[in-house]
Amino acid sequence: MAVSDFDGLYQELLIEHSKQRHGFGLQPNASAEVHSLNRSCGDEVTLRLHFDDGQVKAVSWEGRGCAISQASASILSDIVKGLPAEECRACIGQFRSMLQNRSPDSEPPEDLGDAVALKGVALYPPRIKCAMLAWVALEDALDKVEA
Amino acid sequence: MALDASRIREDFPTLNRLVNGHPLVYLDSAATSLKPRAVIDALRNFYENENSAVHRGTHLLSAEATENFESAREKVAAFVGAAAEEIVWTANTTAAINLIAYSISNASLGRGGRETERFRISPGDEIVVTEMEHHSNLVPWQELCARTGAKLRFIPFDSRGELQLEIAQSLIGERTRILAFSQVSNVLGTISPVTELAKLAHGVGALVVLDAAQSVTQLPVNFAQLGVDFAAFSGHKLFGPTGVGVLYGRKELLDVLPPFLTGGSMIAEVTLDGSSYLPSPARFEAGTPPVAEAIALATAVDYLSNLGMAAVAEHEAALAQRLVAGLVEIPGVEVLGPEPDRARAGLASFTVEGVHPHDVAQYLDNCGIAIRSGHHCAQPLHRKLGIAASSRASLSIFSTEAEVESLLDALAGVRKYFKV
Repeated sequence: MAVSDFDGLYQELLIEHSKQRHGFGLQPNASAEVHSLNRSCGDEVTLRLHFDDGQVKAVSWEGRGCAISQASASILSDIVKGLPAEECRACIGQFRSMLQNRSPDSEPPEDLGDAVALKGVALYPPRIKCAMLAWVALEDALDKVEA
Repeated sequence: MALDASRIREDFPTLNRLVNGHPLVYLDSAATSLKPRAVIDALRNFYENENSAVHRGTHLLSAEATENFESAREKVAAFVGAAAEEIVWTANTTAAINLIAYSISNASLGRGGRETERFRISPGDEIVVTEMEHHSNLVPWQELCARTGAKLRFIPFDSRGELQLEIAQSLIGERTRILAFSQVSNVLGTISPVTELAKLAHGVGALVVLDAAQSVTQLPVNFAQLGVDFAAFSGHKLFGPTGVGVLYGRKELLDVLPPFLTGGSMIAEVTLDGSSYLPSPARFEAGTPPVAEAIALATAVDYLSNLGMAAVAEHEAALAQRLVAGLVEIPGVEVLGPEPDRARAGLASFTVEGVHPHDVAQYLDNCGIAIRSGHHCAQPLHRKLGIAASSRASLSIFSTEAEVESLLDALAGVRKYFKV
């Protein structure tokens, strides 16, 4: 049986990440900290970027919100670890494009790792903001450290 | 006579829709109501046959449009126990409350001369609202306080979601100039003791402003009997179109209150040096009014009057009790507001332990069930309860027990799906 849009939205992996949130808990000695709020629902994330030598060493975060926003932040903290700033920005850009692409046949970008589990969000436009919450925060944090 | 919801459902074309493969279960009427066919037809009829400017022009279409527009005012007035000249068309509840707040603000600046002294707000004066208000009945008063130097005070609600009248008694005093509150809370479903609160306010000479957005849709409401000075409600929640709302004001007050929006349609005479204004309600209706919308709203009100608001109230109260009784039985579900068996309007907000309200709403949407999730424009209320958001199911005249059961059945599966 084909996976429904709904089960494609809440993939197993996404629900797992929403329960076991990787990178959760703010770590000391951050290079930048950004607080991001989804005004429509009150979901929020505080994200710390640990940056050194042009590279994302780690992302730590805290926040509250729906399964999509929590899982998305968790996956983000996994996949950007060790990326040079430029690649990290490219990754955020690919993620954004993936969420804006509603075409059913499109292949998800290879570099996104587990984040492709969020591809189903594209079919639910009101939830794109939930998925983007931590990613936008990281983008702002990169702007800060590179300013 | 009890409502025949299955008969009523035939009048609502939207209920024929499938949502994600399921018949639509619409439990979001507190956000906006579905429209009966008669209302949709009234809009279409106006644009197809009568479309014309009102209150000007001597041609037949304009005369007909004016007559229908003013007859709509009479119908809506009668629906809420008012005289036609006590009904001001606005865009919605928010616009109506802002109209009051800004007119009072203008009076406080001395506009309108000595007649408007009774409306003037000065530093040290107090405006009293409640902790459960929709932002539309809170932010305009925050702004009025900021402009006049008045202080905003709050009647709290208790753990049952009911207003604490003994505290209201001590809050409402000589400095109180305005008491503003909602008749039915859009989150808790609490029904406020309007006449008691109005008496407290009038005892100290304060004006009473009632947010009736959630009450006129489901309770018999008579503003004159309730003893309020001003009241506001929206057309789109009352089975009418978007873009039309109502400000009710007692005639003697509207007649002296200075205008808020000014320009065309509200003037008596204009010279380059200044202008004089029409009596109420025209004084408060600057610009082209929502003509088609007002006429269609009158059709909605006719539709409700034919059902009988007492029957509507009975239907919603009974279903709400079934809803709450079922919700509290589901493990992990917590209902906000009045406990089962206590008075409650036709809605219930709730949380599901371990599952965010947006995920709850998305899960239900997949079952064809439309509810609202979020802060419902009442952030201070949610903050007091220690939560950021909740889910809300709200009922209507077409809601059935079977729909309530399908919501309860679906909710029972939510926590398992999200592995809580």
